[in-house]
Amino acid sequence: MLQTRPYSKTHFGLSFGLTSFYLSLMVVVPLSGLFMVTAKSGLSVILDVFLEERLRSALTLSFFVGSVAAVINLLLGFLFVWVLVRYDFPGKKWIDTLVDLPFTLPTAVAGIALTTIYAENGSIGKIFAPLGIKIAYTPLGIIIALVFIGFPFVVRTVQPVLEDLPKELEESARCLGATPFTTFYKVILPELWPSLLSGMAMAFARGIGEYGSVVFISGNLPGKTEILPLLIVTKLEQYEYGKATGIAVVMLVISFGIMFAINVIQNRAARRLL
Amino acid sequence: MKSKKFSNFRRFLALFVFFCTIAIFAETELLNVSFDPTRELYEEINLKFTQSQKGKTELTIQQSHGGSGKQARAVIDGLKADVVTLALSYDIDSIAKISNLIEKNWQTQFPNRSVPYYSTIVFLVRKSNPKKIKGWEDLSKDGIGVITPNPKTSGGARWNYLAAYGFAKRKWKSEEKATAFIQKIFENTLVLDTGARGSTTTFVKRGLGDVLITWENEAKLALEESAKNGDGSFQIIYPEESILAETPVAIVKGNTDKKGTTELAKAYLSYLYTPEAQNIIAKHNFRPTDKKVMKQFEADFPKINTFSITDIEGSWEEAHKKHFADGGVFDQIYTKK
Repeated sequence: MLQTRPYSKTHFGLSFGLTSFYLSLMVVVPLSGLFMVTAKSGLSVILDVFLEERLRSALTLSFFVGSVAAVINLLLGFLFVWVLVRYDFPGKKWIDTLVDLPFTLPTAVAGIALTTIYAENGSIGKIFAPLGIKIAYTPLGIIIALVFIGFPFVVRTVQPVLEDLPKELEESARCLGATPFTTFYKVILPELWPSLLSGMAMAFARGIGEYGSVVFISGNLPGKTEILPLLIVTKLEQYEYGKATGIAVVMLVISFGIMFAINVIQNRAARRLL
Repeated sequence: MKSKKFSNFRRFLALFVFFCTIAIFAETELLNVSFDPTRELYEEINLKFTQSQKGKTELTIQQSHGGSGKQARAVIDGLKADVVTLALSYDIDSIAKISNLIEKNWQTQFPNRSVPYYSTIVFLVRKSNPKKIKGWEDLSKDGIGVITPNPKTSGGARWNYLAAYGFAKRKWKSEEKATAFIQKIFENTLVLDTGARGSTTTFVKRGLGDVLITWENEAKLALEESAKNGDGSFQIIYPEESILAETPVAIVKGNTDKKGTTELAKAYLSYLYTPEAQNIIAKHNFRPTDKKVMKQFEADFPKINTFSITDIEGSWEEAHKKHFADGGVFDQIYTKK
């Protein structure tokens, strides 16, 4: 089992104090503020999220599109990493740099750009419109926006792991008579699995909370394409801070649960390797 | 030796603080927190007003623009605004109610219930009006694609909503019929953007929908823009009657008292009522309240019958509670389906 020990117990106190102070300042205090405002408004604001039809459908939509986008990112991201690490081709450095663009681009810009392209009169939307497929202003559009902003997560978490994977592992497997598929399935995939999962979890977490890029492409129709973060903004707009934080807390708890589960699976996978 | 060095440092410090104080007092700053479509308007007004104050004080005016409700919340949460010039009185009332920074009787402090300019809600349709949209009733017909922002997130959208609702309520004298009418319009709505400008983009640039419900000034701006690009592909339709969209102003007294800018803020807002400012206002497509100036621009602002919010609901407060608060009419429209 993998265990890390502090280098020296005597000098650990100060760094630990600093770390926990910083963590509380940046993460714990703001988040507990969220819980406190919610607590002030009572349990009903939390129950509303599950009982009120409009909130419930937004909740389902947000988690649905978030997970679909995360899975797409997992598959495409993996394929992308594979090509990027295993093959040499002209312009590879450029492509490697391009991957990070969704990180740097303001999400609103991404949203507007994607809407322009995927709207019925946009360059890609135009191709799909005659087939009866509408992309912008439907859940499909939201998924595209989320795939776009979540893409670098999977690539950047898996890439270093795949790069460090010793070639000898594969070679020995092949020498021992394994087919390419068995090699991939029994040797490579178990090594990559933990990082793939954590990349997907990050893309998922980012996706359900995403606001900027989605509001432009979703159309925001209640019950159809309205996402949960938009409803938080809506509540704030009505000066209903309690209800807004109530929704935020529900989102937070559910995503924490999902992330925690993924972490557990990932740890198990990592442990099995050693 | 050491003590002399120290006193030198002290002298320097004292001088430094002294000059800083002078710098602060010599230059006065006003912050005008406004909503989105007034950006260009206030750029011009601020320029003229600071010129008129030359000699009296070295004045700079900062502008902040955003969604009206968002701006109100920023002021409540501590944005040090001297004046607010927002899209609806409900937002100013909310600041007064929640934060006490604005006096409760703010509407009595300037002429015309503190409304220096107003607008109304009109339709923007595609060139030569292929769907023959003439009035509010046409918007509820089958097969009409309507674009309007979300009343939950946009102040302008609340005016749109109440304009349609008010028309129906006044015509059929029945709240049920008016609600059914509004429901039909929102069933025809293809996209609910979060703000007025977003809806304009959806309609104009994305080519979605047959009619955009919007402010008169926003519609005129879209028309000017499309004319500039060489395609006059839109036209404005004035419905038979519409709502009087009053855009009020107020001094944020809680802030100005602390900054000592109350008088200046008062002068600034009073300036909006002068013929000079009213002319600028008309140029930026808002309707001036000054009758004489309005007469000059008669050709730009076609006559339209308007009703005010008090004609259809008692007050903004009531209208908000009934229509836009949680579980209100707007929520019911979307849960009924």
